[in-house]
Amino acid sequence: MSDERALIEAENLSKAYGGMPVLRGLCFQVRRGEFVALLGANGSGKSTLLRLLSGLSKPTAGAVRVGGWEMPGEAMAVRAQIGLVAHQPLLYENLTARENLHFFGKLYGIEREERERRTVDLLHSVGLRRRADSLVRTFSRGMKQRLSIARASLHQPDVLLLDEPYSGLDQASIERLDEMLAAGLGAGRTIIMSTHQLERVPRSAGRALVLSRGRISFDDAIGNRDMSEIYRSASA
Amino acid sequence: MKTPFINCAAAIISKDLRAEFRARELVSVMALFALLSILVFSFALELDRQAREEAVSGVLWVTLIFASLLGFNRSMAQERDQGNLDALLLAPVSRAAIFVGKLLGNFIFTLIVGLAMLPLMTALYGLALLDGWIILTTALGTFGFATIGTLLATMTVQTRAREALLPIALLPIALPFLLTAVRATKSLLSGAPAAEWQGSLGMLAAITVIYLVLSLLLYEYVLEE
Amino acid sequence: MEAERKSLALDLRIDTSPMPRLLRALTVITALAFAGTLALGLRVAGTDIQQGEIQRIFYIHMPSFFGAFTAFGLTVIGGVIYLARKNEAWDRIALAGVEVGLAFSLINLLTGSIWARPIWNTWWTWDPRLTSAAIMCLTYAAYLMLRAGIDDPGKRRAFMSVYGILAFVTVLITLFIIRIVPETIHPVIVGASPQNAQGGFEATSGVVIALLPSLLLWLTLLPITLIWHRVRLEARIEALNRLKLQALSE
Repeated sequence: MSDERALIEAENLSKAYGGMPVLRGLCFQVRRGEFVALLGANGSGKSTLLRLLSGLSKPTAGAVRVGGWEMPGEAMAVRAQIGLVAHQPLLYENLTARENLHFFGKLYGIEREERERRTVDLLHSVGLRRRADSLVRTFSRGMKQRLSIARASLHQPDVLLLDEPYSGLDQASIERLDEMLAAGLGAGRTIIMSTHQLERVPRSAGRALVLSRGRISFDDAIGNRDMSEIYRSASA
Repeated sequence: MKTPFINCAAAIISKDLRAEFRARELVSVMALFALLSILVFSFALELDRQAREEAVSGVLWVTLIFASLLGFNRSMAQERDQGNLDALLLAPVSRAAIFVGKLLGNFIFTLIVGLAMLPLMTALYGLALLDGWIILTTALGTFGFATIGTLLATMTVQTRAREALLPIALLPIALPFLLTAVRATKSLLSGAPAAEWQGSLGMLAAITVIYLVLSLLLYEYVLEE
Repeated sequence: MEAERKSLALDLRIDTSPMPRLLRALTVITALAFAGTLALGLRVAGTDIQQGEIQRIFYIHMPSFFGAFTAFGLTVIGGVIYLARKNEAWDRIALAGVEVGLAFSLINLLTGSIWARPIWNTWWTWDPRLTSAAIMCLTYAAYLMLRAGIDDPGKRRAFMSVYGILAFVTVLITLFIIRIVPETIHPVIVGASPQNAQGGFEATSGVVIALLPSLLLWLTLLPITLIWHRVRLEARIEALNRLKLQALSE
C-alpha cells in the first residue's frame, strides 16, 4: 500500500475543532516532484489541511508523514523540509525585506555567507531587488505576497505549501508567481497549492485534489480535462 | 537539523531591538505612560515630603507594572498581527528558545523604562533612588515581570479578547513580585538595616527563579494548537 | 458514519449511567462526617474563655483554607497530567478543583471576616495574610474569566492547565506569608504565633478534638466528593455542547 516514492503520506487524517469535524479521514499520498492543486469551496478544509501538513496544528486522529518522518512526534525534522505561504504574509512590518529574510534565515540555521547570497538571489527572483531595503509596512499586498514566497523558499524546502497565493495579486504578479512555481517544480520541489479559483490553477499543476465538506471528492491527474468539468464530477 | 538555542534566541532579540529602534512603538509608549502615571500619582496622592518616603516605592512599582503590561501586549501583538507567531513555529527551533528571545527583549525594554524612572523620581521627590541596590531591585523586578508577562501575553494574544485579558491574567500572578520589590525598595529608601531589605530581595530572587523555571517548562504548551 | 465519529474521537453519547457506587458512598459518608464535625465544634468543644462562642467559627475557618489547598492542588495535578497526556478528563478535574477551591477560599474569607468583627473590631484589614488570601481568590477568579475568554477548546485546555499550575504559587505564598512578612496580626494556632498576632487562643485538648476531624474532612473527603460530582457534570455539559455542534453541522 505504501508507495516507496511517496514524500507526503496522509493516513486517515482527521481534524475536529471542539467537536466540529473539519477533515474526515483523508487518505492520500503525494510523490516527490508533484504539483497538486488543492481545490474546494470556502470552509471545505483546505487551510486546515495545509496547517496539518506543515505541522502547525496536530491531527485529531490519523497521521501525516513527510519524507518518512512522522508528525507530530518528529515535527522538528519535518519543519526543516517545509515552506508555507499562508493567508497572512508572516513578515515583520517594521523590518526591511532584506532584514526579514535574514531573520528567518537565522532561524533556519543558514550560515551567514550562504544566507546573504540566497537573500540577494531570492529578492532578485521575486522582483523586489530595488525595494530590498524598504520597510515591509510600505509594501503593497502583492509585494508582501512575493516576499512571503521568498521567505518560504529561503531554506530550500522539499515541500512548498501555498494557501490561496493568488488572492490580492495583480496579473503581472500572478504570472511571476506561476513562473516561480514552474521553476521550483523544475528544481525537484513538491508543491501543494490551495485555491478556490478554478481558472487560476496553473498549467504546471499535474494533479487535482478536491475537498468537499472535509472529504476528498476527487483525486486524479488533470491531464487535458477542463477544471470546471473536474469540479462538476467532484460535486456530483 | 535543529537550529541551536543560542542562535535562535539571539536572532529574536536582535530582530526585536532592530524593529524597536526603527519604530519606537514600545519604549516610547511605555515611557510616556510612566511619566504620566508619576504625575497622576503625585497629584492624586498629594505626595508631600513626609508621605513620599512611604509612597514612592509603591508609585514606582505600580507604574512599572502597568507600563510593562502595555509593552508586553504590544510586543506579542507584533508577533500576531501578520501571523508571525506561525512563522516562528514553522522554523525548526525549540519553543524554549522562542521564549528566551521574547523574554530578554521584553526585559530590556522594561528595564530601560525602569532605569529612566529612577533619576526622574529622584529629581521630583528628593529621594536617593539612584542607589546600586535599588537599581539591582529594579532589574530583578522587571525581569520577574517580563518572565510571566511573556508567558501570559503569548496566551492572551491568542484569545478573542486579546489585550483586555492580559491585566486580569497577569496582575494577580505578579503580586508576589510587586510585594517583595516594593518592600525591598522601601527598606532601602528608609535606610533600614541590611537584613531587612536583603530578606525581601532574596525572596524576590527566589520567586523570579520559580516562575522562570515554570515558564521555561510550560512555554511550549501555550504555543501548540 | 459511526466509524468516522470514532476516528474523530467524537463521543456523542451523553453519560446517563447512575452514580458510581463509590461516589454514592462517599457522598453519604461526607454528609454524615460534616454533620459530625459540626456537632463536635458546636457542642463537644468547650466555649473559649476569652472569645466566647465566636471562637467556634475557627473549626470551619482554618479547615476551609486547607480544603481549598487540596482542591487547588488537584488543579495542578490535573493540569500537569493533561499537558502530558492530553486527556480531557484531567482538564475537567482541574476546572472542578478551581471552582471548589474558590468556593472554599470564599468560605475561608467570609468566616474570617465574621470572626474579625468582634475580635479585631473590623470586618477587614489590609493585613499581609488577609491580602494574600484575597489575591489567591482573585487569581482563581481570573482563571475562570480567562477560561471563558478562550474559544478553541484545545487551546483553552492547554492554556488553563498552564495557568492553574502558575496560580498555585499564590496558594503557597498565602500559606507561608508569615515567613515573608512577619508583621501580620493573623494568629497562628499550631506553632508559634507572630509577635503582633491578636486573637489567638490556646489549642487545648477540647479544641484539638473538634479541629482535627474537621481538618481531615475538609482536606480529603469534602473536596474530593464535590470535585467528583462537578467532573461528572462537566462531562455532560461537554457532551451536550458536542451534540449541539453536531446538529448545527448537519
